[in-house]
Amino acid sequence: MVSTTATSTKRVVIEPVTRVEGHGKVTILLDEDNHVTQARLHIVEFRGFERFIQGRPYWELPVAVQRLCGICPVSHHLCAAKAVDRLVGGENLTPTAEKLRRLMHFGQMFQSHSLHFFHLASPDLLFGFDADAATRHVLAVADAYPELGRQAILMRKFGQEIIKATAGKKVHGTGAIPGGMNKNLTIDERDVLLADMNQMLQWARDAVDIAKNYTVEHLELAKTFGTFESNHVGLVTSDGALEMYDGGLRAVDADGGTIFDHMDNQKYLDYIVEAVRPWSYMKFPFIKSIGPENGWYRVGPLSRVNVCNHISTPEAEAARQEFKAVTNGRPNHMTLAYHWARMIETLHSAEKINELLHDPDLQGEDLVVTGERRLEAVGIIEAPRGTLFHHYKINEDDQCVMCNLIVSTTSNNEPMNLAVQKVAEQYLDGQAEITEGMLNHIEVAIRAYDPCLSCATHALGQMPLVVELYDHEGTLIDSKSKGAVTRDD
Amino acid sequence: MTPGITFTIDGKQVTAAPGQTIIEAADTAGIYIPRLCHKPGLEPFGSCRLCTVTVGGRPCSSCTQPAAEGIVVESDTDELNEHRRALLEMLFVEGNHFCMFCEKSGNCELQALAYKFGITAPSFTYQWQKHDVDASHPQILIDRNRCILCARCVRASQDLDGKSVFGFVGRGPNKRLAVNAEARLSDTNVDVTDEALDVCPVGALLRKHVGYKVPIGKRQFDHTPIGSDVEGEPAPDDCGCGGAENVCQCTQSE
Repeated sequence: MVSTTATSTKRVVIEPVTRVEGHGKVTILLDEDNHVTQARLHIVEFRGFERFIQGRPYWELPVAVQRLCGICPVSHHLCAAKAVDRLVGGENLTPTAEKLRRLMHFGQMFQSHSLHFFHLASPDLLFGFDADAATRHVLAVADAYPELGRQAILMRKFGQEIIKATAGKKVHGTGAIPGGMNKNLTIDERDVLLADMNQMLQWARDAVDIAKNYTVEHLELAKTFGTFESNHVGLVTSDGALEMYDGGLRAVDADGGTIFDHMDNQKYLDYIVEAVRPWSYMKFPFIKSIGPENGWYRVGPLSRVNVCNHISTPEAEAARQEFKAVTNGRPNHMTLAYHWARMIETLHSAEKINELLHDPDLQGEDLVVTGERRLEAVGIIEAPRGTLFHHYKINEDDQCVMCNLIVSTTSNNEPMNLAVQKVAEQYLDGQAEITEGMLNHIEVAIRAYDPCLSCATHALGQMPLVVELYDHEGTLIDSKSKGAVTRDD
Repeated sequence: MTPGITFTIDGKQVTAAPGQTIIEAADTAGIYIPRLCHKPGLEPFGSCRLCTVTVGGRPCSSCTQPAAEGIVVESDTDELNEHRRALLEMLFVEGNHFCMFCEKSGNCELQALAYKFGITAPSFTYQWQKHDVDASHPQILIDRNRCILCARCVRASQDLDGKSVFGFVGRGPNKRLAVNAEARLSDTNVDVTDEALDVCPVGALLRKHVGYKVPIGKRQFDHTPIGSDVEGEPAPDDCGCGGAENVCQCTQSE
């Protein structure tokens, strides 16, 4: 509830929603001269899973917790599975099981990145941030660029088919079980996927070009638009390559200097701390050694490409080098560069999928391993939106007694808020009236991070994002949302 | 040879052996009558009432009613199916059935019956009763959230395993599955090889550490609805399961 007669900004109250996807709120506070004094993105993330999973048997965790998300459930499924592997002493998977999981994960990365870039972000990039709101959606993209629209749908479908072939269903499957997988990839399933492989590779190359060209052509905008320097966190292999499924966590500072590298994933709490702020239900993680003030960090495609030394597949590596050249090898801090990095990862995913589909290990029969039981375990994985942590404790009766999740959008909480602040200062400062264009500029900044809430902000032309403008006394003076809904509640 | 008993079910002539119940004769004749507490090999119990049919217009449970010469049985009628749908819905709101992550999903008779009767969501209000999980046994789990009080495990433990591990305590809404010990399952003489563990129609009585080992597409009701084994209907040709999303429960079920 937000009172129009409030005399203090402290009167802004957030109504919780049960999912992070689809609902967010930005509040902007102005002083007497209409200068921005505060801008916040409120995401009310229901974290009930951490509580109601308690008491459930450990083998349910990968299937139950993935229900936290409908967009990237594979990430939660595999992250929980990695933790549960350790609970049963089965963390050293058979080659078949590990490659099947990687295939599932790359399928997820491919479909999720494609969904975001084409369905959610491309209207901004193709039509402009100030374009008529009625045209800023994927159907308009399909109308103006029919081939791109078709590509968007079929790329996502390809990724979803990989998930179905490995997990049993396109959404919320059961493929990963403690210590392995419950099925391999049949020859028939493989061949169906291979039939589309070359087309997917080409479309992924094309997508990199679209994102690259946009960024290079709008470099001056990208250098300033919601841009700020930050730390970056992501998984890398032992030799520093981009890694999505396993590996060690690396954090670099704004200049690329190492903060930590290949820390013990099981002791992530020695490195990462979650701060709580009274105005948000979402926590604010930060790097413990630096502290809450400056220890916050970014995750996701931009961070992953920043922290890695190289990419193991040739075409994505070539694309990465072009990406790095723009900042002369220094970490790229441009919020809009997330799109380019995301498409580099999409190309990498396509290359890895192609590699895996030609690997006979995927037809192996040795699917599950077990070992010495443990009562506590941590799984860390790179979800499409960034680093994901699952931490569980179980009792001697196999029941979960503790669950802690740090999801990607949570790690990007502070950065997204900062991006909102930056864009508000750049496009709103001194303005008493909110325009539709200004509103979308803020959305564009948030959307670059691909938070789960973005899924609903663009696809149907409905704007769950509400921007509210207060004067220095805390009085609501304007509010805008898509559909011309003015909130006065 | 003993002469058979002849009667009709939904207008179809059926022959039963002396002593057979109506549901047993129906099974032999390839006519599926929905059931939950009934399980071949266990003594008839007559509690779930899902197998209720009318005999000469009077309702009775077909799992306990002996077949008789010349009776006219009706089962697949709109009225009876509406009652069955209501009974199923009541079971769903009494318990805490989260099919989306239940390891019995795809093999669960309650879920399969809900699909058969087109129940997408109960029309009754969820009761959200608090039920216990007994995970004390190293190899066996009781999740009372999912128990439908069918007594299959009670009968199997007693009649097939000779143990009497399970029973009921309480009455009405407080009735629940109990174990023959002071408190926990681990204090009983239940064994992971007991046949009682094989008869649970839902995910209330489970062997631990099994979970989701059967992949989607290979589960009992992934391709054919419940009762197909009785009716002898083959699986749809196009269920591989590589598609046929409008047909396969494997792609529809949670």
